[in-house]
Amino acid sequence: MLKKLGAAFGAALIISAATLAHGATISGAGSTFAAPLYSKWAEAYKTQDLNYQSIGSGGGIRQITANTVDFGASDKPLKPDDLATNNFVQFPTAIGGVVPVVNLPGIKSGDVKLTGANLADIYRGAIKKWNDPLLAVNNPGVNLPNLPITVVHRSDGSGTTFIFTTYLAAKAKHWATDVGANDAVQWPVGIGGKGNEGVAAFVKQTPGSIGYVEYAYAATNSLTYTLVQNKAGKFTTPTAAAFAAAAAGAKWSSAPGYYLLLIDQPAPDAWPISGATFVILHKNQANGRQVIAFFDWAFKNGDAAASSLAYVPLPAAVKDLIRKTAFAQVK
Amino acid sequence: MDLLEGVSVSAGSLKMSDVIAQPVLRRRASARGAILSTLFEWLCFGAASALLAALAGLLVSLLIGGWPALHKFGFSFLTVSTWNPVTDVYGAAGPIVGTLVTAGLALALALPIAGGVAFFLTELCPGPLRRPIGTAVELLAGIPSIVYGMWGLFVFAPLFAKYVQLPLMTAAKPGSLLDTLTTGIPNGSGILPASIILAIMILPFMAATLRDLLLTVPASVRESAYGLGATTMEVVLSVSLPYIRRGAIGAVMLGLGRALGETMAVTFIIGNSHGFPTSLFDSGSTIASTIANEFTEATSDMHLSALIALGLVLFVITFVVLGLARLLIGQQERRT
Repeated sequence: MLKKLGAAFGAALIISAATLAHGATISGAGSTFAAPLYSKWAEAYKTQDLNYQSIGSGGGIRQITANTVDFGASDKPLKPDDLATNNFVQFPTAIGGVVPVVNLPGIKSGDVKLTGANLADIYRGAIKKWNDPLLAVNNPGVNLPNLPITVVHRSDGSGTTFIFTTYLAAKAKHWATDVGANDAVQWPVGIGGKGNEGVAAFVKQTPGSIGYVEYAYAATNSLTYTLVQNKAGKFTTPTAAAFAAAAAGAKWSSAPGYYLLLIDQPAPDAWPISGATFVILHKNQANGRQVIAFFDWAFKNGDAAASSLAYVPLPAAVKDLIRKTAFAQVK
Repeated sequence: MDLLEGVSVSAGSLKMSDVIAQPVLRRRASARGAILSTLFEWLCFGAASALLAALAGLLVSLLIGGWPALHKFGFSFLTVSTWNPVTDVYGAAGPIVGTLVTAGLALALALPIAGGVAFFLTELCPGPLRRPIGTAVELLAGIPSIVYGMWGLFVFAPLFAKYVQLPLMTAAKPGSLLDTLTTGIPNGSGILPASIILAIMILPFMAATLRDLLLTVPASVRESAYGLGATTMEVVLSVSLPYIRRGAIGAVMLGLGRALGETMAVTFIIGNSHGFPTSLFDSGSTIASTIANEFTEATSDMHLSALIALGLVLFVITFVVLGLARLLIGQQERRT
């Protein structure tokens, strides 16, 4: 016990010494989803060090409100009112999305087509078996088995859950009134796995199960995903291009504080369950310009790094808009 | 956990004081010794008060943090099993029941095995094997809980589903008690798998403490019993066990305390639903797993407050369990 304490104390000393050595460090905290991306960007950014604590979006917002960090990162954008009261600037940095994954015998990625209403019915327990006629309608020729559906959701509060439940609430009235959208909700049915890896593990171990994970996680772990119908009526495949289409088609310019959820975008190739991850900082604060300089650099040079981690970079037009509107506000 | 460590230390220090009392008295003769002794006593007093202050500080901050939720929901916080972050309505009944059930099951599973390990190591084990097995037990105690969680999810759960859960579920007659107990999703998650993982985690603590306690039984006492013709079983059950009874209850409480507060390993495998678990394979949640799951992303003030109030409830549960254990020990002491 003592040894452990000693080791922890020693490590803390080393870390604080390292921080002191580079006086000019930008500090950020928040979104765990964005953490790998920001660390990769920070690694390549030579001007300054970035100290990013991936403590979760809620913690990130609390820390920037309390001024203990230079920027907060959140997967759930703050509403324009909240931005105004705190004198915050908010802008998106990258696009991600949520992908339904299934475990069905003999079914490969892209075989099963689902609508938003289907997903909402499955997640509230109204559709209980895979051979339900409601699912069969859109899946002619697909051998959907007579298996009970095991619903798997995230157990931890998460931006992924926020995007997914926002989508379900947008597509089904009963979901909006009975469950709602949040980073943690009271799930009507199903079991909860901790993190993307927890959900993926339960789905892998349970024949007949369906779960939802971040696109980056599904892509790097080659999970069996389904197609989802978008607003234009097309059953879309979750690809980087489909997320970019959702981001490009969105009306960012008419969204104050970039408060925009990329749910169910009208673009013909858009993936319907998309979302952005956001950075929040004060308009007037120490290190504000340095934070902007970092993200400006990342917008210019960071796309390849983002793609290599299966994040989707913002379209160039959106970046320009952010430079003109959000970046300019920070003093 | 920290509470329990404190208790085990104080139980140990009773014996320590018997040992050091003699030399200290002798040194009192010199003036320098007297000053040193006073200093020593004050230092000890300071250490004890620091512990109390930390405990009080913790309790007060939990009370302040949890007050908005406790004030809003009142007693129903303990009796309602709704946990809805969207409407900001919170009731902790599900996690409370989950915590007590998993900890109780884990204790029931681990105690006989821990006792067996300790008896084997002290009474039956051939000399050369004693050290390797003892070290293995201590090594098990040093494994971080996240490792148990990962192992539980990726290795234990699939095996458990295939070789325990599915056979039990198929063997159960519809409507029978077994059927009620084994209803669930056959993927190796739920209350019972979580309890088994917990049992594996608390086993080394209890086994190591019990072994150390058994080693304190004076050889003369045990050998007299053997001399009178007692078998190994009789020596263990009627001589050694009564001798260490007091400490043994402490060891059990240490295990129970760890089981009550264990977070990561449980979070991975319990299934994390906030209602009441209705069967052994049903998914549930514990207080610690709920806090671990939701604390990072709790954006609304009431959500955060409800989670802190949950922490307070766990604090009280642990406190009550310890109090009961003390009461039990006290009663037994008086009877003998």
